[in-house]
Amino acid sequence: MTGSFVGDMTIFVLALLVGFEVISKVPATLHTPLMSGANSIHGVVLVGVIILSGYVDGVVGYTLTFIAAVFAAANVVGGYVVTDRMLNMFKKRPVPVLQDKDAS
Amino acid sequence: MSSLEIAIRFASLFGAAAFVLGLHFMNSPATARRGNQLSAAGMFVAIVGALVGVSSGQDGAQMNSTRWTVLIVGSLIGGGYGLWAARTVKMTAMPELVSLFNAVGGGAAALIAITDYHLNAYQPAGTATATVLDIVIGGVTFSGSLLAAAKLRGRFSDPISFPGARFVSALVALAAVGGSVWIVAGAHNDFVLLAVVIAAAMFGILMVLPIGGADMPVVISLLNAFTGTAVAMAGFVLGSVILVVAGALVGASGSILTKLMADAMNRSVLNIIAGGFGTGTVGVDAPTGGGLVRSIAVDDAALQMAYAQKVIIVPGYGLAAAQAQHECRELGEVLESLGIEVSYAIHPVAGRMPGHMNVLLAEANVPYDQLKEMDEVNSEFERTDVALVVGANDVTNPAARRPGNVVSGMPILDVDKAKSIIVIKRSMASGYAGIDNELYTDPKTSMLFTDAKKGLAALVSAVKTVVG
Repeated sequence: MTGSFVGDMTIFVLALLVGFEVISKVPATLHTPLMSGANSIHGVVLVGVIILSGYVDGVVGYTLTFIAAVFAAANVVGGYVVTDRMLNMFKKRPVPVLQDKDAS
Repeated sequence: MSSLEIAIRFASLFGAAAFVLGLHFMNSPATARRGNQLSAAGMFVAIVGALVGVSSGQDGAQMNSTRWTVLIVGSLIGGGYGLWAARTVKMTAMPELVSLFNAVGGGAAALIAITDYHLNAYQPAGTATATVLDIVIGGVTFSGSLLAAAKLRGRFSDPISFPGARFVSALVALAAVGGSVWIVAGAHNDFVLLAVVIAAAMFGILMVLPIGGADMPVVISLLNAFTGTAVAMAGFVLGSVILVVAGALVGASGSILTKLMADAMNRSVLNIIAGGFGTGTVGVDAPTGGGLVRSIAVDDAALQMAYAQKVIIVPGYGLAAAQAQHECRELGEVLESLGIEVSYAIHPVAGRMPGHMNVLLAEANVPYDQLKEMDEVNSEFERTDVALVVGANDVTNPAARRPGNVVSGMPILDVDKAKSIIVIKRSMASGYAGIDNELYTDPKTSMLFTDAKKGLAALVSAVKTVVG
């Protein structure tokens, strides 16, 4: 068991705990954007594909990396765009402002 | 460590911090959009950092034209598809898209581990463990999510089980575990790996096949958690901190949502995966009450609402299925213009994925401060004059408060505490739980037997006529 593996494990566990802490505060109203946002975050797998492309070789390797790049890029681009589109729909009530005007 | 390398590490740290902060900003609709943009900015920096890293030869990376071509062409195709899908998807189809992104994310993570294993003759036990975990979890997620997306789109949507299904699942799981153990023990054989990949993909399909439509919110959440874990494992394989952090965050998010959804449906996750509801194994033992069902005419229902002070609308999936969100919002607006306090009571499992109903109503321009969560709204029903239930069934059944039936203990909206209740429903058919809803026979309840869209539109014009 290498030192870096243990280091990564430490980070994994701490990130998991941070995740539980932060996400349990998200209201149910936003659960769909939350899941979609988390979806975009796992699009970070594209960074993994980039690292992999630095040492990949052979027909099999290239083919698999190509498919992985298609998958990961679709995930990251689509995830962020659709989450943004969704969150843009959540609007505050505009009515009270108008009512105040009428009242005054 | 060269200064460039340090800069690249910092780019990765910035990305990870942006993900956490982005999720933190999701705790309110007012800041959520900025949070997502911050998260996207972090992602951009992390990707640029990784690109600079490989092109500068970090960790022995060596880019050549073939490698660049594979990476860039692949990313452009995928990115282009992602952009198109994200721009054109209908909000009712969000669960399918999320499932699809779960599939490709998990698939990409599994492919990383497969390729790395294929290229490296030797892996230390730690890396080998991460490799097989990545492949198994990623493979299950890939096939499972694709099937879930198909089910959500209406194909194979009924629970499917066949004799000996459990035996086959067990056999497949055994093959995946056996192959994995062999690889961790140090064997290097691409065919063993291939067997593990196939077994994992088969297991994903076998896992999702017997699951019925009503359980979809739980399944999507669970697969989301799986994808996160697979990505974190890919991070272990590649020694990439940002993959580990991001994967763990998504794993945590998916797990929390899975738990919340399962609780809201009064079931355990294991019970759902094993299949149960809607498969005919549930006995109907609840007392039906035998009370009279009163039906009401549109005009009378409109009259009741027009003279109310407080109205709560309870939308369920039936509303979304009938595409009646806009009519619903219109009714809300007409009532509000009469000075009536209007809010929407939303059960955690309304819709086909966590929080789905909120998005659908937000799309129809319902302000988010009118969208009330179950815990928040339940205390309000007592001082509500009219509760209008549209397309929600089991989540309003008061039988849940009593032990001894299939919905016992399920958290429900306390609709029956309102002064009067109007239910828009096409027939007296029961919901997913397969039992009668005692709310419908409550003396305070009147039923408006019609389709959600037509019923709401009729109510809108009737209310307008009443107040002339």
